[in-house]
Amino acid sequence: MDWQALALSVKLSFVTLLFLLPIGILLGRWLAYRQFWGKSLLQTLLALPLVLPPTVLGYYLLVAFSPNQGLGLWLVNTFGTTLIFNFQGLVFASIIFNLPFAIHPMQRAFAAIPREIREAAACCGMRPSLVLWKIELPLAWSGIISAMVICFAHTLGEFGIVLMVGGNIPAETQTIAIAIYDRVQSFDDHAAAIMSFSLLLFSMLTISFTYWLSARSERTHD
Amino acid sequence: MKVSLLTKQLARSCFLLMLLSPILRAAEIPVIAAASNIKFALEEISTAFHQETGKTLHISYSSSGNLTRQIQQGGPFELFLSANAQYVVQLYQQHKTLDRGQVFALGRLALLTHIGSGLILDEQLNGLKQAQQSGQLQRIAIANPEHAPFGIAAREILQKQQLWDTILPHLILAENAAQATQFASSGAAQVGLVSYSLALAPTLKNRVRYLLIPDALHQPLQQTAVLLNNAGDTAKLFFHYLLQEKSRGILSRHGYTLP
Repeated sequence: MDWQALALSVKLSFVTLLFLLPIGILLGRWLAYRQFWGKSLLQTLLALPLVLPPTVLGYYLLVAFSPNQGLGLWLVNTFGTTLIFNFQGLVFASIIFNLPFAIHPMQRAFAAIPREIREAAACCGMRPSLVLWKIELPLAWSGIISAMVICFAHTLGEFGIVLMVGGNIPAETQTIAIAIYDRVQSFDDHAAAIMSFSLLLFSMLTISFTYWLSARSERTHD
Repeated sequence: MKVSLLTKQLARSCFLLMLLSPILRAAEIPVIAAASNIKFALEEISTAFHQETGKTLHISYSSSGNLTRQIQQGGPFELFLSANAQYVVQLYQQHKTLDRGQVFALGRLALLTHIGSGLILDEQLNGLKQAQQSGQLQRIAIANPEHAPFGIAAREILQKQQLWDTILPHLILAENAAQATQFASSGAAQVGLVSYSLALAPTLKNRVRYLLIPDALHQPLQQTAVLLNNAGDTAKLFFHYLLQEKSRGILSRHGYTLP
């Protein structure tokens, strides 16, 4: 087992969640409750990573953040670094390719909250932030948790984009999925088998957990 | 009540992350970009280097062409070990390197097949020809000649033996020299025209049969080391270490010809 790669993957997943949690709650809630001009276009854009080949996203990220031109050059001149071939770059890429996995379940969870409940809370004089905190989040939590669990597992397993925009740099961008690929290319079948099996178990746990969660929330709603 | 609990948990996880980061990111350790064919020799050399100097290296393996592209796009590498000299010249002309680098070894190719296959291995590739003509040739793995020097050499050999056109439908193009070897050694491809140094890998012992290809059949694969613009002291030290007797001994044992 490549502990360094596993630790890097777990760290990447947690940092990604740290960003996706507020983004998902705000955007998911917004999309659930509001009608506005361009909403379907925004939803299309946010759902794109579901169907877009990872290599396409990887290619655009490479072009956008290449330090030789445009945005990447500006980032290098301003912050001294850009968003490819380093950990920050992986975080950015992970946020992008996880957007639909974070937003969709949360949007559904917020949309499932009956309008009357929110209106009743507002009528009682609760501030919107308090309504969110006391009423909406407790009702939407199972959607939020399952979104986070899926994003976590998805980040742990993402391969194509990570290899393209991260390279394969030990301790910086070599995640567990890349480490498996690397071990196979080093004819180290034993290590590859152990890591693959661990990820298989973890993925199964993740999926059963989300099923359990949604079954549970259906029961409580009935 | 709930708010303070959540804040506490958040603070705790942030603290954990902060604790983890210095372990996960050690900025002083230089990253070396290395052609995948040199993997096993380099592991041995870097271990010896670590024992003598106490310094550690991170090594990122891929095809030389792929690594060249990563270097052009600002990859954080300090030293580049390319499987041919052309990529280094290209990077030098783009002002990405300190100098034109140094050839430290010459790469060789081998015809490699899984131990259980009945394929005849010979220098003139007659066994391959016969298998092709009798319809018994399935898949032959080479590194992708678009960006892997060992793939370019493999194509040259096949062309020189008048095999390229007939064998084209049987070709499997691997990402890099190591993957080509993996395809052939695992039996996923019937045979591979791969890096000799990888054919000698200890883990492949008793799993493969191989035959060294005469180096007259392809342009020399000049394994070239070059320091990149942001090279630090450790990378420079290792560059010199690579050219010393001890490293040369290791390279020679791994099947490289020395310049």
